Amino acid sequence: MSHPTASSTEQPPTAAASRPFDVQRLRQDFPILARQVHGQELAYLDNAATTQKPQAVLDAERDYYTTMNSNIHRGVHTLSIEATQAHEHARRVVQRFINAASDKEIIFTRGTTEAINLIAQSYVRPMLQPRDEVLITHMEHHSNIVPWQIICEQAGAILRVAPVTDSGEVDMEQFKAMLSSRTRVVSVVHVSNTLGTVNPIERIIEAARQVDAAVVIDGAQATAHAAVDVQELDCDFYAISGHKMYAPTGIGVLYGKQSILERMQPYQGGGDMIRSVTFEKTTYNDLPYKFEAGTPNIAGAIGLRAAIDYINSVGLSAIASYETELLQYAEQALASVPGLKFIGTPAHRAGAISFTLEGMHPHDIGTVLDSEAVAIRTGHHCTQPLMERFGIPATARLSVALYNTREEVDRLVRGLHRAGELLGV
Amino acid sequence: MNELHDMYQELVLDHSKSPCNHHELESATHQAEGYNPFCGDRVKVYLLIEDGAIRDVAFTGEGCAICTASASMMTQAVRNMNSGDAEAAFDRFHDLLTDHAGTIEDGELDDLGDLASLVSVRRFPIRVKCATLPWHTLKAALHGDGEPVSTE
Repeated sequence: MSHPTASSTEQPPTAAASRPFDVQRLRQDFPILARQVHGQELAYLDNAATTQKPQAVLDAERDYYTTMNSNIHRGVHTLSIEATQAHEHARRVVQRFINAASDKEIIFTRGTTEAINLIAQSYVRPMLQPRDEVLITHMEHHSNIVPWQIICEQAGAILRVAPVTDSGEVDMEQFKAMLSSRTRVVSVVHVSNTLGTVNPIERIIEAARQVDAAVVIDGAQATAHAAVDVQELDCDFYAISGHKMYAPTGIGVLYGKQSILERMQPYQGGGDMIRSVTFEKTTYNDLPYKFEAGTPNIAGAIGLRAAIDYINSVGLSAIASYETELLQYAEQALASVPGLKFIGTPAHRAGAISFTLEGMHPHDIGTVLDSEAVAIRTGHHCTQPLMERFGIPATARLSVALYNTREEVDRLVRGLHRAGELLGV
Repeated sequence: MNELHDMYQELVLDHSKSPCNHHELESATHQAEGYNPFCGDRVKVYLLIEDGAIRDVAFTGEGCAICTASASMMTQAVRNMNSGDAEAAFDRFHDLLTDHAGTIEDGELDDLGDLASLVSVRRFPIRVKCATLPWHTLKAALHGDGEPVSTE
């Protein structure tokens, strides 16, 4: 993945590349990491589910509510003006973070799920004809499966699924073979939440271009781990969840190319998305407000801005190299656990590692680890078709953030040995 | 930590590793499937019911240690019960496991054989559904509505 060209006109992100990556110092920024679970220090390795929040994000939300809480885009009073400025500043910070061409291309949503549903309903559904095709992959999260199933069923269109190899990567030959003039949309996850696979989205986008299919990238698991440049990628849409990148829950982003967004119908009707309303005719607001009906999550957007500032202050490339090294350490350490099988061994990995232990159900593993204050996720990770692909009901998954350490990985490994002893395997 | 040992005590692990009546039942008159979408546990319960009594019972499926052990113990406990008694046993089992305040005595289920060893699951509320899934499925089989049951 490439680095964003962070040309900034306001509050340039502090380029901290010169500062060494000091994980113990960074851990101090996350108050929850100091808490105890069952009398032991928390080892939080469930970051693909949601990341913890740095003090700067908590302060930004609190500051909004304590100093400028008001509704935006309407009041002429001071608080409303300040809140509107803070909200729109957040939009520009997101724009620079993913290097979008315009802040009109940044639509605030509740998260990735809402962003994909918005695209499906407002862009794809109206153009979808019987026997048209939507192409996804076998490793998609349910949120990148179900919205397409809904509209394909409504339109009599076909949902096609590109297979995943035994190593947990998209079978690119098969993927390309499934593209045709009937393919209207290609929607692919950037980084798999279950396998940790970093997909070759540059090649996927290029292949989709050959058949004039629109491209949607589910970036929920990507933006906390590496820089994303939507102009360089040249995707049509890119969906983001704030809470997986140190921001609060309930805020996310849909990036869409302006030329496409302008042609699209609104997703929801209501306040803020209109220019004028009469009972005879309503005219819609300009981008991006056309897609933001109702009072938005103002505090969430401000929290997302603070999270991006925080990420920039640490430096995404420093985060990426630290996490990559930590994941390699974890892979080696896990390989020593008897009966452990990796589910997914991709050449390019970010964020997560999934595994199973012979003779032990992931749920039992999760309970034993919890007793040691090690938090991981066990289950199907909202990727049930992928579980079926690998012939398993569930996996255990660790997923890292910038604040995780080798010691925490060691505690996980010790916990797995203990699970083996306790469950008598 | 002792609570963990109590939940994964030897009898529970024995049942999870070598479950009783873990096979299909060709002669079944009633059957149902159960699913816990939270963890992916799946069980199918088969019953041979004659004159209102459970003459034979078996299960198939894959689940965690608690789910598998509970299913195995259940098949032992309900054999030869009439359907009303089996449902009453489920009610008592369910009440005990959801009694997080601990007002019911641990020995309440002693007459249900090995099932009594699952009492510690009540200290792990998130795992109670693992233990009750086979029972929900049994109930669905008794009622014969044919719809898969879900814990959610």
